[in-house]
Amino acid sequence: MGRESLAVESFAMESLASEPLGMGLAVVVAVLLVLGSLFSLLAAVGLLRFPDLYTRMHAASKAGSVGSGLLLIAAGLHALDGAILLRALAGFFFILLTAPISAHLLAKAAHHAGQRLHPISVTDQMPRERVGPKD
Amino acid sequence: MSANDLLQSATGFSLVVLSLSLVLTVVRIVRGPSLADRVLGLDMLVAIAIGFIAVIAVRTGFNLYIDIAIALGLVGFLATVAFARFILMRGTSPQRLEPAATPPGPRMAKRGKAGQAARRRRRGDR
Repeated sequence: MGRESLAVESFAMESLASEPLGMGLAVVVAVLLVLGSLFSLLAAVGLLRFPDLYTRMHAASKAGSVGSGLLLIAAGLHALDGAILLRALAGFFFILLTAPISAHLLAKAAHHAGQRLHPISVTDQMPRERVGPKD
Repeated sequence: MSANDLLQSATGFSLVVLSLSLVLTVVRIVRGPSLADRVLGLDMLVAIAIGFIAVIAVRTGFNLYIDIAIALGLVGFLATVAFARFILMRGTSPQRLEPAATPPGPRMAKRGKAGQAARRRRRGDR
């Protein structure tokens, strides 16, 4: 147990030390990290502050996916390895592919279950399918 | 300032900001008025956790973390889809269970003409 953890630690140290990361690439990775985390923070603030489920969904599914995607690309660039960069890009593509699908499914289910729009919403063009007892 | 110092400070900043957004999302999950809000908060939580794992991968130099992030994204997508199906099957929300004494007219958003026509058509069909 002790020797294994030591081996893992020395592996991490070696991969950190043997990294010939140039200053330009470090700047790019740092900018991507800061941008991605700020996008995630903005998504969380929007999730907290918007008045309605359907408006909150905008923040969570757009800014949130862009934030985590930028952080993934930063990790892929930092690795200095084509395969790992490709893996990170595949993860970003997967997030971009699945975030709208899950948001659409959730919005449709909530609308179907009778979740109402906030009163400041202008219009709701989707017909309500299963109406309540008095509607 | 060397490249390593720059990366250290950038990852430290990212970890702090991501922790703050995790806290904000947890506040939304606790406060969320309906189940759908909480499921949305869970989805956001998974997205922030993916970003967190990516930052940890940059900070420690372990590149295997990226695979873990991809797997977490897959699991989060499946969880959201399953919860959406659950909301669809359960079919009630606290707003619908309100007493019908208050007229829902001014509280509801106005519906477009197309929606009304489609609803009438659909009712006539069934």
